[in-house]
Amino acid sequence: MEKRFGSVKENGLLYVFEHFVDAWKWVFAVVIGAVLLYTPKFSFMTPANMRIVIMIILYAMLGMGLNVLIGYTGQVSLGHAGFYGIGAYVCALSMTKLGWSFWPALVAAGVFAALIGLLLGLPTLRLSGTYLSIVTLGFCEIVQMILKQWESVTNGNYGIRNIPKPVLFGMKLDMKNGGVFYLTLALCVLTGIACLAIRNSKAGRAFMAIRDDELAATMMGIRTARYKILAFVISAFITGLGGGLYCVIANSYIEPTSFVFNTSILILSVVIVGGLGTVRGMVFGSALLWLFPQVFRFLNEWRFVIYGVLLVLMMQFRPQGALGWQSTLPYKLSRPTRRLLVERGLGAYIPGRGKEA
Amino acid sequence: MAFLTIDNITIRFGGLTAVDNVSLRVDQGEIVSLVGPNGAGKTTVFNMLTGVYRITEGDMEFMGQKLMDKTPQEIVKLGISRTFQNLRLFPKLRVIENVLVGMHIHTHYNFFQGLFHTPAYRRQEAENIARAIEILESIGMGAHINDYAGSLPYGDQRKVEIARAMATDAKLLLLDEPAAGMNPAESEALLQFIRHLKNIGYTVLLIEHDMNVVMNVSDRIYVLDHGKLIAEGLPEEIASNQAVIDAYLGGEREKHAEN
Repeated sequence: MEKRFGSVKENGLLYVFEHFVDAWKWVFAVVIGAVLLYTPKFSFMTPANMRIVIMIILYAMLGMGLNVLIGYTGQVSLGHAGFYGIGAYVCALSMTKLGWSFWPALVAAGVFAALIGLLLGLPTLRLSGTYLSIVTLGFCEIVQMILKQWESVTNGNYGIRNIPKPVLFGMKLDMKNGGVFYLTLALCVLTGIACLAIRNSKAGRAFMAIRDDELAATMMGIRTARYKILAFVISAFITGLGGGLYCVIANSYIEPTSFVFNTSILILSVVIVGGLGTVRGMVFGSALLWLFPQVFRFLNEWRFVIYGVLLVLMMQFRPQGALGWQSTLPYKLSRPTRRLLVERGLGAYIPGRGKEA
Repeated sequence: MAFLTIDNITIRFGGLTAVDNVSLRVDQGEIVSLVGPNGAGKTTVFNMLTGVYRITEGDMEFMGQKLMDKTPQEIVKLGISRTFQNLRLFPKLRVIENVLVGMHIHTHYNFFQGLFHTPAYRRQEAENIARAIEILESIGMGAHINDYAGSLPYGDQRKVEIARAMATDAKLLLLDEPAAGMNPAESEALLQFIRHLKNIGYTVLLIEHDMNVVMNVSDRIYVLDHGKLIAEGLPEEIASNQAVIDAYLGGEREKHAEN
């Protein structure tokens, strides 16, 4: 029976840890969920602390977006601040200029960023590695230029003020009542679930096949160009949504300098430090990168130096990222799958069988 | 109708003619081997067949379909799948995921069905996983479905490559040196498995250096040297063919030295 788990070491620290977490996952989920839901009520949650927590969640979501591209598909983008900015401005302008409410404006932010992603992806799909990175770097600069120079629409360097707050069932979501926190949390959780769902589907496997070996992926009949574009579009969509959220988080005020190259690098750092290709890593990476400068506040202007050192050390000693381990748990089989395996006489391949059937 | 016919295919890379006027034929249900010294152009033939290289001249037909202008993706859909001489698995994916990737072209739910895990997705995934396990079990890799492909020993990785090729529902399998890196016991088991492939309806075109495997499993053998076909026939004919012996033992080289 043990043979099912093949060469996985059954006494390793990771194995023990993962099986422990897996066995108690509902308990963990309830506890963490309860703590998160109560977060805005904690007495130490001053507005400043609250803002940091919200930024951690927002950047975890942005990390998940970039992770679809870098972690799953193996394509590096240095220009995600561009999509982030597009999302923020589309959302803000839809509300201030077109008078839309927040929800359609948020969808518009994601969709518009995805469309730009498609437009950028089409001509660049044949590029990969360094070349793609350079193109995306240029893209970010172009977006920055447009935001600054197209004053009649974007109001240039002055940015956009007085962005309305989202309203849900007649209740205004703002910082004080924790509405912004819950909104950000909900979108981040949904994004995480979506990423995991994609990972375990045909598209996600195609992405990872392209990352691992593009020629072999081609030979399996995967239209690599199409899937690379799809990854780009999904990534841009999530990042655009993140931009839309930022409108509400940033005190109803956005300006072009929030979406510069450094922002791209911060998102990239979240992905790399957290753990390429994982969702858990994005949350950890974001928390680490936002808390570090807070804990070491006296080093504040050295923040980017620290990021740099951190990245270098990470690449050298743990290139897969802090939480980027390969799971030692068996491959997840859904209930219909288990039922079918039993029908086909393959029940022996269901891990820990006896509990289920 | 012929199964696979290759007529006078030639490919040139600049001034080098890597494959020169090669013709071969594979009938349905056969195991045909392509042998020859290193650099003879065997893998190049595979690359031409699977659309990795565009051929310079010649004609290739598989079950009545021309292969020359097709993309690799279209060729897989026609039913030709391959393994690679220097392993090309997806190392960071699990063994079972590698095989599931092989089923990509027969996985008929769209992106949104995959995103929302609709009943269509669940049904198809369950079906695919069951079939992937069956394939892996048949090649003796049932114990390793949860392992990461990159962590397996060479011999096992080759088996996963064959399983992945089978998962595409190919009718013709192109196996590029499947016995490389295997010990005698493993290659003996592989021999049995290739015979089993034939029994369950696959046709196999095999590149192999292990003469024990080639002589024992092949219905017919083609011998390639310096991009040209120098012999074809039954295993016993090839074993006693003077041109082949020269090519392998160095007679050919002396002839070249004289020129």
